[in-house]
Amino acid sequence: MNTMKWLLKREYWEHRGGFFWAPIIGGGIFLLLNLMGIIAGQLAAGRANIKVGMFKLDSMLNGMDAQAQAMFGSGVDLTMYSTTMFVGVITGFVLFFYCLGALYDDRRDRSVLFWKSLPVSDRDTVISKVITALVVVPLISLAAGIITALLQLAMIGIFFAFHGINAFGAMLSFGHPFRTILTMFGALPVTMLVALPTVGWLMLCSAWAKGKPFLWAVGIPIGAGIIVNIMDLMQRLAIPDVSFWRDVVFRSLFGIFPGAWMDDGFFSQFKDMDDGGQMVVNIVSLDKIYAVLASPTPWIAAAIGVAMLVVATRLRRWRDEG
Amino acid sequence: MNASLESNPLEHSSSDQPATMVRARGLTKLYGAEKALNGTDFDIPRGRIVGLIGPNGAGKTTALKAMLGLIRYDGELKVLGRDPATERDELMQDVCFIADVAVLPRWIRVREAIDFVEGVHPRFSRERCEQYLAHTKLTPNMKVKQMSKGMIVQLHLALVMAIDAKLLVLDEPTLGLDILYRKQFYKNLLEEYFDEGKTILITTHQVEEVEHILSDLMFIRDGKIVLSATMDDVSERFVEVMVGHDAVESARALEPLDERQVFGKSVMLYDLERSKANRQQIAELGETRTPGVADLFVATMKGTYE
Repeated sequence: MNTMKWLLKREYWEHRGGFFWAPIIGGGIFLLLNLMGIIAGQLAAGRANIKVGMFKLDSMLNGMDAQAQAMFGSGVDLTMYSTTMFVGVITGFVLFFYCLGALYDDRRDRSVLFWKSLPVSDRDTVISKVITALVVVPLISLAAGIITALLQLAMIGIFFAFHGINAFGAMLSFGHPFRTILTMFGALPVTMLVALPTVGWLMLCSAWAKGKPFLWAVGIPIGAGIIVNIMDLMQRLAIPDVSFWRDVVFRSLFGIFPGAWMDDGFFSQFKDMDDGGQMVVNIVSLDKIYAVLASPTPWIAAAIGVAMLVVATRLRRWRDEG
Repeated sequence: MNASLESNPLEHSSSDQPATMVRARGLTKLYGAEKALNGTDFDIPRGRIVGLIGPNGAGKTTALKAMLGLIRYDGELKVLGRDPATERDELMQDVCFIADVAVLPRWIRVREAIDFVEGVHPRFSRERCEQYLAHTKLTPNMKVKQMSKGMIVQLHLALVMAIDAKLLVLDEPTLGLDILYRKQFYKNLLEEYFDEGKTILITTHQVEEVEHILSDLMFIRDGKIVLSATMDDVSERFVEVMVGHDAVESARALEPLDERQVFGKSVMLYDLERSKANRQQIAELGETRTPGVADLFVATMKGTYE
């Protein structure tokens, strides 16, 4: 257990830039762009002789019907989700390259011989890297994303406050910031399960490749997808190529990106839905997210991911580093 | 020939450690059709400093990798009574190695490296490590990528020598280092690290530098251990004599292992176990002495590259 703690620290030390600074800097740039947008909007409004303070947002909202209020609330929630997702996309790229290098970089610079001179099993080493990719980094990313989103809302609130409008009250009473945060944390087990096949595939390539793990990791699934398409065209083989791209290519490369868990089953839940403003709140609720797990596909993919990690561990154990 | 063979590998000493640290029987490693290890046998007893010496491609590194559980092999191999292929995780509690110079990860800081090894290694002493580092220019926040090659090796050696391992394996530990570092390292190894409970196995091309610290020699050639002896055995078994022109023919009649010219005289090297001569006959030819490891090595490896 103690060894695992140090292995996780080790991963963090090595990748502090990607795990910690990338989401913070990404969020910071996002906020800066928002601020510039607000200032530009303010200047434009000033040129057009529009006074922002003329619109009494709070009293306007209070006078509106329930649907319009819900729309506003959805807007607040959606802002939080999309901002956190934006940071999540940055983290997705960080994780992609982290997984590709996890079992490759130390072979390339031969420092694997140093790690192997210590009483740490290859199994524990691989497990520590998987925990890093599935738990540690997503948690940091989520925290950074939520802080960015809250700062963004605060920025908007302060902007309105300068004009004598209390937007904070409206955001809190019509939006659902706390439920939004809880939903995002609550969805972590689902996102982890969906990320598992991607992490497994990338780390397998990382453990196996003699060079250029990126090309192998991307080339094999995409090449296979193209071959499936060609076979389908030429011989009319009954391979359902749409599901190949969706279930094999996508799951092996993009499971670590935000929203990767949204499959057809998820969207089919909203086919007959028509409740206007309630939309976002209804879409992003934990019971609908967890409904994704009713399908066997994510489970099968995750099991294959675990199998690939087992193979990666064996490759690491016996690979002769010359 | 092999003094260590006399000790029973199953015999345990009072300190509850096997008397034989490494035992190989028919150890074989194939790379394609190439036999890197060719069914070789050897034993390494406890409390020795063993030099594993051989020409390039003789199988030194392969033998070390097999002992450290880094590669698969055929034949029988036991390190501290354990099978390195299947019990590597347990084995690494008691075995440490430096496989190559400058293999520390470039991103790590001195402080982080010490923290990590202390965290995962029950036999690591932070105090000892910091003692070794006190004699260097290394500072806790320094990253490996900012260090010179010599500094990286200093850090690696400090980390490894602070581990109270039963078996320490060093594969060319001083390769590419200047002579000051090399001398200091072997001095530390002998005076501060080594004790009778430990065993050190070293491979190197710089035979002259390790000669005085070794207690045992193993020569490897074409994947086989061709000589395994204590330094005492070596001085009993091998003898060198310098003879003038007049005595060359009679010296050759005694079937020397090797003959070389020094200052117009011939130096004959005899293996007393294999030649017809005895020590007294040879002494009559001229002044005798125990050959250096390098000369012995050259004599034993004659024809390797032919």
